Amino acid sequence: MAENGHHDGHGHGDNAEYYVLRAAAMQALLIEKGVCTLEDILTMADKIDSRSPKDGAKILAHAWLDPEYKKRLLADAEAAFLELGYDLPETSPTITVVENTNEVHNMAVCTLCSCFPRAIIGRPPAWYKELAYRSKVVVDPRGVLQEFGTVIDEAVQVKVIDSSADYRYLVLPMRPAGTEGMTEEQLAELITQESMIGVGLALSPESVRAS
Amino acid sequence: MAGDAAARFKVGDQVRIRVGVPPTHFRTPEYVQGKQGKVDTLWGAYPNPESLAYGGDGLPAQPLYQIEFAQTDLWRDYKGSVSDKLLIDIYENWLETI
Repeated sequence: MAENGHHDGHGHGDNAEYYVLRAAAMQALLIEKGVCTLEDILTMADKIDSRSPKDGAKILAHAWLDPEYKKRLLADAEAAFLELGYDLPETSPTITVVENTNEVHNMAVCTLCSCFPRAIIGRPPAWYKELAYRSKVVVDPRGVLQEFGTVIDEAVQVKVIDSSADYRYLVLPMRPAGTEGMTEEQLAELITQESMIGVGLALSPESVRAS
Repeated sequence: MAGDAAARFKVGDQVRIRVGVPPTHFRTPEYVQGKQGKVDTLWGAYPNPESLAYGGDGLPAQPLYQIEFAQTDLWRDYKGSVSDKLLIDIYENWLETI
């Protein structure tokens, strides 16, 4: 599903030009009506683009290494982000972190649009916004995992979290075996964007060494 | 943003999601409407998006809950494990007592 270019719900999936024009029209209207200024829009875009999956990976790798930090991260993610120097813009929805374990595997989606913990890991991947993912993951999460090549045991409970309102969810993937003694920087390289959404697992150290 | 508006429901309560397609912006997907679930978390009170979307002040703020559903209660032919869950955030004005 991720790579084969499904159309979105409005039938403009491959028409980038359409979206560029629509965004420009929307921006012009918002400015003209005084809802916000061009500077507001540019500042917000810069803020979102200043964050990437690498930021999330750094935070989550820190949680793997420090159990006390992990507790604080799961209890109050935004305070824990701040400890590592990551502040969120005032306009950001609340971000919370959910932990994957041997018993529970969490996956995040926004069935209504494309809500995502942007303020900490930047923009979502294209497939996250497509109707194919948004509609299938709630009905058949294990089928979606399979499409991503992710193996989750039948005995593990799969929890799909639909971020339909004021909360955004960041998944803390399980720390892979064979990572004892690795540094925070090395561990962060194992934490992919897919693993922070829950459609994938953290990479094994072998797969990173091989690449 | 979270406040302390008195919440009608508490964690563990069984609730039903109201059925409705108001002619406005609403954040309750139809696939959970009419379904029965359990209050998993009370997030606090947030401005009502149905008012915010039209330039309103969102007041009174709506308590926001995370509701947990058994996947087998949402989908007749669910293919996964019977223990699988779906969690979704729903504002109190969409919740009904059972």
